[in-house]
Formats: sequence, C-alpha cells, structure tokens
Amino acid sequence: MTILLLALRRLAASLPTLLVILAGLFLLLQLAPGDTVDALMAQMGGGDPATAEELRRYYGLDLPAAAQLARYLWRLVQLDLGQSAIYGKPVATVIAERLPVTLMLMGASLTLAFAGGTCLGVLAARRIGQWPDTLISTLGLMFYATPSFWFGLMGIVLFAIHLGWLPAGGIEEVGAGYTGVTRLLDIARHLVLPTLTLALVFLATYLRIMRASMLEVMNLDYVRTARAKGLGETGVIVRHALRNALLPMVTLVGLQAGTMLGGSVVVESVFALPGLGRLAYESVVQRDLNTLLGIVFVSALLVITVNFVVDLIYGRLDPRIAAGR
Amino acid sequence: MIIDRRDALKRAGLLALGTAAWSPAALTRALAQGSGTSAGTPRRGGVLTVQLNGEQRVLNPAIRASTGVYVITSKIVEPLVDLDQDGKPAGVLATSWEAAPDGKTVTFTLRQGVTWHDGKPFTSADVQYTAMELWKKYLNYGTQLQLYLDAVDTPDPHTAVFRYSRPIPLNLLLRALCDLGYVAPRHVFEGTNVLENPANTAPIGTGPFKFVSYERGQHVIAERNQNYWREGFPYLDRIVWRFITDKAAASAALETGQVQLSTYNALALADLDRLKSDKRFTVSSKGLEANAFNNTLEFNTRRKELADVRVRRAIAHAIDVPFFIENFIYGLGKPATGPIPSSSTAFYPDNPAPYAFDPKKAAALLDEAGFKRGAGGTRFSLKLVPIMNGEDVPLLATFIQQSLQAVGIKVDIVNLDTAGALSTVYRDWNFDLATGWHQYRGDPAVSTTVWYRSGSPKGAPWTNQYGWQSDLVDRLTDEAASELDPEKRKALYAQWVKAVNDEIPVWMMTERTFLSATSKRVHGDHNTPRWGSGDWHDAWIEA
Repeated sequence: MTILLLALRRLAASLPTLLVILAGLFLLLQLAPGDTVDALMAQMGGGDPATAEELRRYYGLDLPAAAQLARYLWRLVQLDLGQSAIYGKPVATVIAERLPVTLMLMGASLTLAFAGGTCLGVLAARRIGQWPDTLISTLGLMFYATPSFWFGLMGIVLFAIHLGWLPAGGIEEVGAGYTGVTRLLDIARHLVLPTLTLALVFLATYLRIMRASMLEVMNLDYVRTARAKGLGETGVIVRHALRNALLPMVTLVGLQAGTMLGGSVVVESVFALPGLGRLAYESVVQRDLNTLLGIVFVSALLVITVNFVVDLIYGRLDPRIAAGR
Repeated sequence: MIIDRRDALKRAGLLALGTAAWSPAALTRALAQGSGTSAGTPRRGGVLTVQLNGEQRVLNPAIRASTGVYVITSKIVEPLVDLDQDGKPAGVLATSWEAAPDGKTVTFTLRQGVTWHDGKPFTSADVQYTAMELWKKYLNYGTQLQLYLDAVDTPDPHTAVFRYSRPIPLNLLLRALCDLGYVAPRHVFEGTNVLENPANTAPIGTGPFKFVSYERGQHVIAERNQNYWREGFPYLDRIVWRFITDKAAASAALETGQVQLSTYNALALADLDRLKSDKRFTVSSKGLEANAFNNTLEFNTRRKELADVRVRRAIAHAIDVPFFIENFIYGLGKPATGPIPSSSTAFYPDNPAPYAFDPKKAAALLDEAGFKRGAGGTRFSLKLVPIMNGEDVPLLATFIQQSLQAVGIKVDIVNLDTAGALSTVYRDWNFDLATGWHQYRGDPAVSTTVWYRSGSPKGAPWTNQYGWQSDLVDRLTDEAASELDPEKRKALYAQWVKAVNDEIPVWMMTERTFLSATSKRVHGDHNTPRWGSGDWHDAWIEA
C-alpha cells in the first residue's frame, strides 16, 4: 500500500516535468523548417500545391501553433495520443507495436551490462594490479571509447558475413512462420549482436564503477571485522562487500535507462530493428509531431518507472535508506 | 523473357557445375539451355526478399506517385498501361486505346475476366472512379496531367472514354499512365474519406500478388494471386519487402543472402561499386532506364547577381562535371545535355552538353557582368541549400563550393534535412543556390517542364520557384503539352531544350540512371525499362 502511494506521489511529481518537456519539444519542433507535408512531398517526389494544401488541412497543420498545442494537450488529458501522420494509425498503436522490441533490447542489454560489469569489476578489484585487472581495465577502456555503431558494423562483418553464425539484422526471420519456442529462439538469435553492441559501452561504465566501489568497500572496517571473525573470502565479498558496493551501480541503472533509449536509435538503425528509437528518428525526419510527442511521453513514463524500481531496490539493498523515509 | 545467348550459356554452365554431380537431369537441362532457346526453365515457388531504404506512409499508387510506392504496390495494383521490353506502352488493364482526331477523347478498351483480390469484378466503373476521384484530386502530378479531364464515360463495363477539354497527345497520356495510371477498386473507396481509407496501407488490386501484411518498420509481404488473369503466373510464391535504412546493414543483408534485391540506389554507391565485382550479384541500371535522373543546380534569380544570365553561365562553366562524375559517383553517369535525358529517345534532341568546364571563361563572364574580384579575391557570396535526395548531394554541394571559390564566388552551405530544405527553398525562397535531383518521368510534360514554366504557386516543391520567367519557354511548354503530332512535338521540345539551356534557370548537371543490385539467383528480372516499378509476374528465383 505504501508502495502504491509512493508510486502515485512520484508520478504526480513528474507530471509538471512531463508537461514542460512536451510543450518545449512541441515549440522546438515549430522552429525546425518544414512540416510533415514537406516531408511527405519529399517522399512522393513532388506534387501540386493544391494537394499540399489539402494534406495540410487533413493533418491540422493549417491551424496556428498555439491552437495545435492546445489541441494536443487536451487530447493527452483524455489519454489520446492522437493519430500518426506517417502510419495513419493511432500513435498508441504504433508505439505499442514498437515498444516490445525496444524493451527486449534494453532489458537484455541492461542485464548483460549490469551482470557482466559487476562480475568483471569484482574480478578486477580482487586481482588489483595483476594481469586480470590490467586486461579487464584495458578492455573496459576500449569498449568505452569505441562508438557503438562501429561495434555493430564490425559484429555484422565478422559474425554475419564472414562466419555466417548470426543474422545481419531484423528481429526475426521474415515469413519463416516460426511459432512458440522456435520463434523465441529465433528472436533471441537476432538479438545477440544488437544486445552486445548496445551493452558494451554500458558494461565498461559498470565495470569501472564496480571496481572502484569494491576497492573502496574492501578497505572499510566492517569488511575487516568480517575477515577478523574468520569468514572466508567468498563470504566476505558476497555477503558484506558486494551488497554495499552495488549501491552506486543501481543509481547508475536509473540514470542510464534514459541514455540507453537514446543509444538504441543507433543500434536499431544498424540492425534494422523495429524499435522505438528508430520510430523516434523516423518521426523527426518526417516531422510527425504526434508520434514524436507520444514517444517522448512513453519514454518519460519508462524512465520514471525505472527510477521508481531503482528506489525500491535501494531500500532492499540498504535498509537504512528505506527507514530514513 | 529475352536473355542473350552468351548469358544463357554461362548460366547453364554455372547451373551444371552447381549441381553436386552431373546428374542426367542437370545435363539435359544444361543442354536445353545451351541451345539458346530459353534461359533456364522458370521455377515456380520461392520467396523473393527485397530491401527498401525507407518506410512508406501510403501503399496506394493511385494517390501517391513515387518509386518508393511503386516498388511495393505495382506487384499488387495494376496500371492501365505499362512499358514493354522495348520501352513502348503495352496494355495491362487496358487492352487497346484509341484517340479521336481532335485529341480530346481517348477510348480505352479494358481487359475482361479480371477480378479484384477480394473477388469483385474489375470494370470501367473502377477506371471512371479512380480517374475522377483519385488521379484528378489527390495523385501528385496526376492532378496536373488530368487537369483538363472533364469526364470518363462508361458505355459498357469494358470501355472507358476519357473526355478532355483540351487536346492531349496520346503518347503523353500513355507514357504518363505507366506511373499515373494505377487503378483502385471503386467499391472499396467510394463513399469513404479517401485519405483515411484503410486500403491505402492494405492495398487491394488486380495484380499478380495479393497483399498479406505490413509490419511497420519491418516488412511488407505479398503472396501469389491464385486467380491472376495471366494464366500460369506469377512464378514466385511470395515477395517480402524489408525496410533496412542503414546502408551498411543493407549491403550486409544482401551479402548474407537475407535479401536478394536492392533497387533505386538504396545501397551506398561505394557498396554498389564493390558488389559489381562480386560474382554472386549483378549491379546494373538495366531495367531502370525509364527512371533517369539529374543532379541539379537551381538558381534563385531574385538575387541580383543570379538574375544576370552571364553569372549563371559563368557558374556552369566553373564546375567540372566530368571530374565530379569520375571521382565522386564512381563514374555512374554522364554530363547532361539538357532536361531531357538521352534515354528518352522520343524527345531527346541529341544536342551537345552546353557548358564545358572553363574557369577562365567563367572569370571573364563574371568580370563582364560587372562583378570584379574584391578584397581577398571574392566577388560575392551565395547561400547553397542541398536538398538531400542521395548521398551524392552533399558531396556535390561541397564540390560546387570549392569550384566556385576558385572563380571568386564564396559559397556558404546550409545543411538541412529534406523537409527543412524543401520548405526553405520552395516555400520561403530563402536560398541563392540549391542542389538536388530531378527525376524524369517518361514524357517532358509530366514533371520536367514545371521546373521551367513560370507561374508555380509558392510552396510547390520541384517546380519553378526561382523567380525566372520567359515568354518563349512558357509558350513552348504549353504548345508542346497539347501538340498531337509526335514529330512536331519532338521539334517543339528541341526548341524548348535549346531555350532553357541558353538561359539556365536550372542547370541539369548530370544524367544518371538508378542502380539495382540483384542476386544472380533471381531471374526474369530487369526485363522492362521500369522493371523496378513493374509487376514481376514473370520473375523467378532459383531454389
């Protein structure tokens, strides 16, 4: 019950932020030259001004900007995200079609980055100054410094073109008609390269944070106490050090949920994945305001949710935080 | 299917080698092909996967004329006429046509026994409705083409009589109808809001393939139409169009066999150049000749320097177009000789390229026009807006900038995305120079003369937005559009080309054709001049 209340309070607090973001984005996009009809004309390869005018009326672009914004917000209050100009369907439907792919990609990448970063970070901290530490730190630096699209492309060249192990793109085999477990495995296979591509940069960050955090915690008194009372090394790390060292990592997850949404634009483009990131990019290029605002709205909700979950995890990891509230 | 003998032999040899052993069947097949009578027996079945680099909002060619739409929908929806192997109009949904001597009435006899994918019969009522309600009202360029269309009479279910208030050359109409003549089902559209009709994204047609599904951002699938009017066709079971926007990813998909075809320059030029030497693929412009295009340089003549024809000519002389073609676009094109490309044999006047590279002459012309080099060697500066149609456009913009620098004109490039560039150039007129593409659509009257005819309303993209006006060119444009005698028409266009080359309000710099990269497993491909936008009923794929 308290959790639900907390959730509602959080949501209420985020509403003004959300409103500012939406209105700001709307006005910013008014400054960009060209509207959705210009983009449409470009796609058609030209046309007549009469057609253009008809289309502007159809998309409601003949109204002044303030009226358009008011109309949008009023619809939003009624939980109607409007109609997508690119797809001619409700924005909610379009987003619902794209969200699963992005969620899968983000979930897989975040899990991989978090788990991999934690393990490697602990390993590096345990072997500080020795060759595993040097190796892991160097790798981390490389992952951090390399742009993800390059990783993606090289992954395609090596694993898809030369070795032929993994598909070069797409989310599943089109028209193969797989169902059930076969389909799941097929999707998993398609997600391997994109997940790696998106995760590596984040993995590098987690690794470094985890390493530093472990080193710090390992020198604290309670770790010395644990050792003094005769606990084995594994016990010390898992039961005492790790739990406290994880706190900054969890903070980072909350912060990076948003960054990851941004990063998925590149990865989704490189691997031709039908996700939210690509949709956002498409809507900017095509000046599809409704869809873009819808995506921002959903993304904001997503980030708010992730941060809320992070708060809950905080409480689990360190009871002092929960008690302090 | 016409494939030359050498190709057939080569293919037969490959086939034979490809079979694990010299089985008798393979041997007979190879021999049969070697005889030169046919290039392999078409195989029924199989899936052809095509890469596309952009999503389409609308899959209805009766209201959207663009190659991006045709590459999907022309397999599902059919036009009245298409081009045959020799580039001549050939009947599809129309079997024959006849123009009245005064050029104001064109009678189409329609094919019998054709049914829509939902089972309803195709009749002249569909043609009447589509022409009056879709082409005339919503189709880009169609509204222009059918501007003087008064009515379509339907004396019987298989005759459609187009009545015009001004004479229309039969050849103009037929050539235009290849692109602007797709017929939509009346019973689906009538009484609905045309722009909102769900059939715009789930097309119902009469073509060899039936629409199955459109997954946004992923793919469009169409499958064999079992009741297709061409007996025994199509060969393919399915066609899958996959949206892969990243060009590197697209060529990877082609190389790993995930897709077998990429057309209309959807790959990077560097990849197309590389794939040329890959034995698994054919990279060629064959089958896309009907879609020639030009790199353009557009002058805003409201700007006082550019109002002077000597300055425009000087700019043309200052840019080394052959150098650009050789070094920036892998030699894939040639300098244009005017707005009518050489592939358009019915109209091409066969004149030489008008402005050879000559920086000295350019400098002299600028001096003569009174724009002497000032401090720092600069005469004046211009704002260039590239209209991003292809990867070569920003390259050309930079090349123009450097070329003009050499003769003392400073160029500032304003980079915008396509929508931004279009509204900046065509709606706000906020440019001095613009560079992009012009696409030729079979007849100069369809979408070429609008670049030169004065009186374009503000905001219409790819029209004369340059503030340029010439009585001579306007008169020639109008006369040629309604001249019925093909010979006289050709002569009028020759005069027209001369006039616009002389004045260059827009300079067509290069003449190019699109390229396809096709897996050699695909056959029956690229056998008409607009194959990319064709129906693919006779295309097949090796197992």
